Amino acid sequence: MTTQDFTPRLQLQQVVKAFPGCLANDRVDLRVMPGEIHALLGENGAGKSTLVKMIFGLLRPDAGTLSWEGETVRVESPARARQLGIGMVFQHFSLFEALTVKENIALGMGNPPPMKELERQILAVEERYGLPLDPNRAVHSLSVGEKQRIEIVRCLLQNPRLLIMDEPTSVLTPQEADKLFVTLRQLRSEGCSILYISHKLDEVRQLCDAATILRGGRNVGTCVPAEETAASMAALMVGETIEVVESGVAVERGAVRLALRQVSRPAASALAVALDEISLEVHSGEIVGIAGVAGNGQAELLEALSGEWLCAADKVSLDGQGVGHLGPHKRRQRGLCFVPEERLGHGSVPEMSLHDNALLSGYSRQPFLRRGFVRQGAVKDFAREVIDRFDVRCSGFGAAAGSLSGGNLQKFIVGREVHQTPEVLVIAQPTWGVDAGAAAIIHRSLQALAAQGTAVLVVSQDLDELMLISHRIGAICGGRLSPLYQRNDLTIEEVGLLMTGTALETAGVMYAADHSRGDAHVAS
Amino acid sequence: MLRLEPRPQASKAMVYLSPLLALLLTLVSGFLIFMLLGVNAGEALYAFFIQPVSDSYGVSELLVKAVPLVLIGVGLAVGFRANVWNIGAEGQLAMGAVFAGGLAIWVPTDSGGWVLPLMMVLGVLGGMFWAAIPALLRTRYNANEILTSLMLSYVALLFLSYLVHGPWRDPDGFNFPESKLFDDFATLPLLLEGTRLHLGLLLTLVIVAGVWVMLARTLVGFQVRVVGASPRAAQFAGFRERALVWFALLLSGALAGLAGMIEVSGPIGQLVPQVSPGYGFTAIIVAFVGRLHPLGVTIAGVLLALSYLGGENLQIVMGLPQAVTGVFQGMLLFYLLACDVLIQYRVRVGRPRVAGGEL
Repeated sequence: MTTQDFTPRLQLQQVVKAFPGCLANDRVDLRVMPGEIHALLGENGAGKSTLVKMIFGLLRPDAGTLSWEGETVRVESPARARQLGIGMVFQHFSLFEALTVKENIALGMGNPPPMKELERQILAVEERYGLPLDPNRAVHSLSVGEKQRIEIVRCLLQNPRLLIMDEPTSVLTPQEADKLFVTLRQLRSEGCSILYISHKLDEVRQLCDAATILRGGRNVGTCVPAEETAASMAALMVGETIEVVESGVAVERGAVRLALRQVSRPAASALAVALDEISLEVHSGEIVGIAGVAGNGQAELLEALSGEWLCAADKVSLDGQGVGHLGPHKRRQRGLCFVPEERLGHGSVPEMSLHDNALLSGYSRQPFLRRGFVRQGAVKDFAREVIDRFDVRCSGFGAAAGSLSGGNLQKFIVGREVHQTPEVLVIAQPTWGVDAGAAAIIHRSLQALAAQGTAVLVVSQDLDELMLISHRIGAICGGRLSPLYQRNDLTIEEVGLLMTGTALETAGVMYAADHSRGDAHVAS
Repeated sequence: MLRLEPRPQASKAMVYLSPLLALLLTLVSGFLIFMLLGVNAGEALYAFFIQPVSDSYGVSELLVKAVPLVLIGVGLAVGFRANVWNIGAEGQLAMGAVFAGGLAIWVPTDSGGWVLPLMMVLGVLGGMFWAAIPALLRTRYNANEILTSLMLSYVALLFLSYLVHGPWRDPDGFNFPESKLFDDFATLPLLLEGTRLHLGLLLTLVIVAGVWVMLARTLVGFQVRVVGASPRAAQFAGFRERALVWFALLLSGALAGLAGMIEVSGPIGQLVPQVSPGYGFTAIIVAFVGRLHPLGVTIAGVLLALSYLGGENLQIVMGLPQAVTGVFQGMLLFYLLACDVLIQYRVRVGRPRVAGGEL
């Protein structure tokens, strides 16, 4: 038995995987020991997902070997992976919303035991690992965190010896994440290995025993996270040192520039969320952050802000003028610029050049037109300025938007709006999938914009980002917006509570909510 | 098992070479079909593609037939770019002919030079009127314009047929279903004596250039391209989709109507039950073969015009049915679409790889 402790549970050697046009994994090594929580770190596109898909049998490596407990194996399919003792919890769940927890688990099994027996097993696993969940509840009535528990229980029923978790906390509130960590630590103490994919460095430092870092499809190092700082690991991931943005300092805020008054909107479809009397005000010079787990009404709120969804004029106002009935073009002319969440196909046309994409949202405010004709020179100058100012890496303004990497395109799209110095900027997920260097550029530009008197509204799922740049923070949950609080009065856990729709007052914490909300006279 | 897998990057050169490749495949298939029919295939292809344009009169006839094809095709191309599928250009052409022809029939015989410009305006209005119906149905009731515009074509053709069989029939025409011949002031001036080549050619060239500039250099053209490429980005930009549907249908209708006016006041010179041998439908092929680009449409229009001439010539010299024209047009479109698919995708044999992309 002693020898087994030195045999890695899983070992990958020189694994190569190429896709048409890209080498996703280039001679990657990975070693996961028994009873170890091993972090797989890397930015978007570093090759993490490709690697775990090969471990779980969803993809086959082009070269290299995979050993399981010392023996070289071929994992042809997820079924084979499960047979070996590998379980995986995906970032996106595959659950049937209309069925119960128990039925969903049964559907995921090769030959499920009788329902009675299965229920007994589920309850046993739940009790053992502290995962309370009623097996007979319908999935659609569960929160995201509870849905993730189904996936975990489903894996645990197979007694896995390696559990792969793909960015499990990206959909969780901080409280739910803490509960998950308890479960994972218990699994570790029982000898189960966990391969933990994340780019949240603080939680990796708390939780993981070892880490393998990928960059551009290659190993760039391994480390013991507890001995590193978040900054030193980030530097390994990005390959350069990152300037940290100073947290938002309280500013002299000016008059209300953007106001929503009790905006309600019925759900457009079964998957959409209804907005319930959303009111908020953003003042000149301040950055307001809206936190929330995805799918709680952010998309609907953003459409109401941008003008892609119209309502009564006085529901949305810019500098005191009602604009609720106006579309994006007219709102832009009145000073509201907008960065949508989806970069390709919403914020930009992938097959068009960067200068055409500059025209896309620039025509409303910039001198791009003369009697209906496009002034190509002016558009190209503008595109060139954005590229220079925001350090967009591309072959020039003629490059197709779709040919840029995600981070560079995001810099261009944010830059396109920021460079117009709007009176109000609404921005969704400013740094989603963007590397740390680009994130710093974007954050600084938002702060500079606010300092010039722009009212900035940031809607993001990234709590750290919101805590870093916002002056006031609220959270949206189930289409309702919490009160906005001064950032300095909140801890990240309290924002987590807001994201679950819990009022801080009822949670036993008394905070003076920002009373200027809905009362413009006090502020100015 | 065969399956199609998207190529990461479609070859840019192939996108433009695909019409030529399609033409080549059409020629090869045509050769085989002629062989199977037991005719001399080489001779038949010669009669179809070369002989009709071997003299200057043939070339002039080619241009006469290309004019309506290019005119309609360039209008359709604008619509197709914006994902507005006007399939009813044949009907809009007929309505243009009716509006313009009506004026030519009912003005006094001593009228002057104002008639022809007015006929043009009426032709344009007639086509726009007929295209406005699908536009209204689409923007107001979300009815698919492919169906409505196509069905309205037959209504327009029957309306024209009713007119020339009934109220507008030439009283001195021995009961033939034809209107009277238009007076000189209502016919397009010829460009070359001894041919049927008329002023419509110059008009078409000007319009093609105008559409080209519109697409490449104006905000409207930009909107058309954005709506077609990604509708959500167009919403983000604040382009009004309904306005663009109207624009695309009215523009393509107007050009089809103008083509109808040109046909009746040019080569035909009167109203007849069939003012077009399917130009409105063939123009759909022209638009696609021309890659929805004004210059490409012009070249494709000439090519498809040749298929009409070739079909007629084959009928004359080899006694083959005129359906050959349709066969060649159909093959060309088929091969073009097939080439386009294979440029965007590659064929793979075997079991699909699980979850190639993201999960």
